[in-house]
Amino acid sequence: MSAVLSADDLTIRFGGLTAVDSVSFEVREREVYTIVGPNGAGKTTIFNLISRIYDPTEGRIRFGGEDITETPAHRIAGLGIARTFQNIELFEHATVLHNLLVGRHCKSRTNVFEELAFLPKVRRAEYEHREKVEEVIDFLDLQPYREQYIANLPYGVRKVVELARALCTEPKLLLLDEPASGLSVEETENVAFWIDDIKNDLGIAILMVEHDMSLVTEVSDRVMAMNDGRTIAEGTSDEVQNHPDVLRAYLGA
Amino acid sequence: MRFVFKTGYDQDVRFFKHAGYWQSYGFLFIAAVTAPLYLGNFEISELTQAISFAIAGLGLMLLVGFTGQVSLGHAAFFGIGAYAQAWLLATFDIAFLVAMPIAAVFTGLIGLLLAIPLLRMTGIYLAIGTLALSIVLEQILKSWKSVTGGFDGKAVEPASLLGYQFNPDSWDFYYVALAILILVLALCANLLRSPTGRAMVAVRDSEVSARSMGVNIARTKITAFGISTAITGLGGALFAHKLQYLAPDGFNLIISITFLLMIVVGGLGSLQGAILGALVVILLPQAITIMKDYLPPSIGHQPGLEPGIFGLILVAFILFEPMGIYGRWRKIKLFFDIFPVYRKATFRRQKAYLKTERMR
Repeated sequence: MSAVLSADDLTIRFGGLTAVDSVSFEVREREVYTIVGPNGAGKTTIFNLISRIYDPTEGRIRFGGEDITETPAHRIAGLGIARTFQNIELFEHATVLHNLLVGRHCKSRTNVFEELAFLPKVRRAEYEHREKVEEVIDFLDLQPYREQYIANLPYGVRKVVELARALCTEPKLLLLDEPASGLSVEETENVAFWIDDIKNDLGIAILMVEHDMSLVTEVSDRVMAMNDGRTIAEGTSDEVQNHPDVLRAYLGA
Repeated sequence: MRFVFKTGYDQDVRFFKHAGYWQSYGFLFIAAVTAPLYLGNFEISELTQAISFAIAGLGLMLLVGFTGQVSLGHAAFFGIGAYAQAWLLATFDIAFLVAMPIAAVFTGLIGLLLAIPLLRMTGIYLAIGTLALSIVLEQILKSWKSVTGGFDGKAVEPASLLGYQFNPDSWDFYYVALAILILVLALCANLLRSPTGRAMVAVRDSEVSARSMGVNIARTKITAFGISTAITGLGGALFAHKLQYLAPDGFNLIISITFLLMIVVGGLGSLQGAILGALVVILLPQAITIMKDYLPPSIGHQPGLEPGIFGLILVAFILFEPMGIYGRWRKIKLFFDIFPVYRKATFRRQKAYLKTERMR
């Protein structure tokens, strides 16, 4: 299978601190690839490098054969990389529907003058966006929350809305930053089902950071363990969990 | 309790979501159109002034209420619009309705140019940067005598169309103002239901996630600033006709602050708020004047009573009703819409979960 995303010798330094130190990996089509590691290992930094919020000090990132190391951050969604955030970054004072429609932003082709006049073209585009959004709402069972303001929603639902917003961009690769953090056991099971469905039914590759090892084992095809910005093990979930360096990193043995 | 059954996407796209909107806004429209029948010339003239402030407020609302960028410099754009209108009418032989959009576009272009450096700043620094605009413009208006007339001010040619001359203090000009207000409202509402408007709200609430959804932050902010200043300029052009004579100190920092007060009191994040705020700001001085007669002279004749009361109102709103008059109205409406089950907590701001600060 061909690689959707590949990172070669990715390195970023913040002054004297090397947060990510020549990490290489690739995410293949229809694959769930998980990065695990203790806090501060550089997992989220890798996400921020891929979504181009940070510029890597060294190394290249390729997505579907295209080099995206220099691509501006707002183009990334249009190319087909969507992401969620560790600490939920939703648009709080807007409805769920509004949030999901922002997820369609990278697909909008109308300019501001057409929008000021709300030409028939804009109206048609609105219907198309809405249709796609409704598909995602059906997929993630968000129907009861459509008109609700994010500020009024419980934490678990916000997590799902964030996932939904990412799916609205019709991505080829989904970056999930701790999708199960703060969720109850049942909600975590839901996340596992959805990840499976996203992979199998929608055919989207997933790059995930997660601490819940039972979820990791359940959904991941391959796992990479990191510590202090370096890769220490790569393989299946069991291989990684039993790797001596991983045990040392977590237990300090 | 009201249930709205939705059967099509159009119900979410159109301005008036259900019959109730047609009724209430229909009444409002009829009340506005028939106002000259039951109000005297003085009140109509005040309303016309309120409308020109409301238009400026709508412009500022797009920027502050929807894009989350503070501006303390909108009096400058109000002034540029007004002087541009006066200059256009004095220099070219064009109808005032033709000159108005030109003045608005001109103001918008200046806004766009200034936005490029200004919007690199955020928060308090942006407020200071825009504050400088108000001060600088006042000096320019005073010094650039050939265009602005300097301290002597500049007369605005009367508004006339096809030989008919409008009286800015009478019902005929009120209708012109009302029509422009409705047009601007429609433009703003159109913008807010399209991708660019949603992107503006996204930028306001979380820049980092807006960016990863494909929103070009810089462009969205600059667009918002451009549209905002163009609309404020249009308000200024209308105001120029209302004033008939422009003086530099009519567009100083106090006006900028009045605009901000207007949208905060009216309700940040709603177009209706800009209009309600304008009514408050214009009608309040009249109310204070009337009130003075009933107060003991020791209070009633205090200097600075009016700014004092304005300040007090602003503080009271920020403390007790941060969502402004329109926010209060929405709460009352929701109370009846969902009648027995209204909870006080519905509008309470929940504690925000930890925000990712490190990526800013």
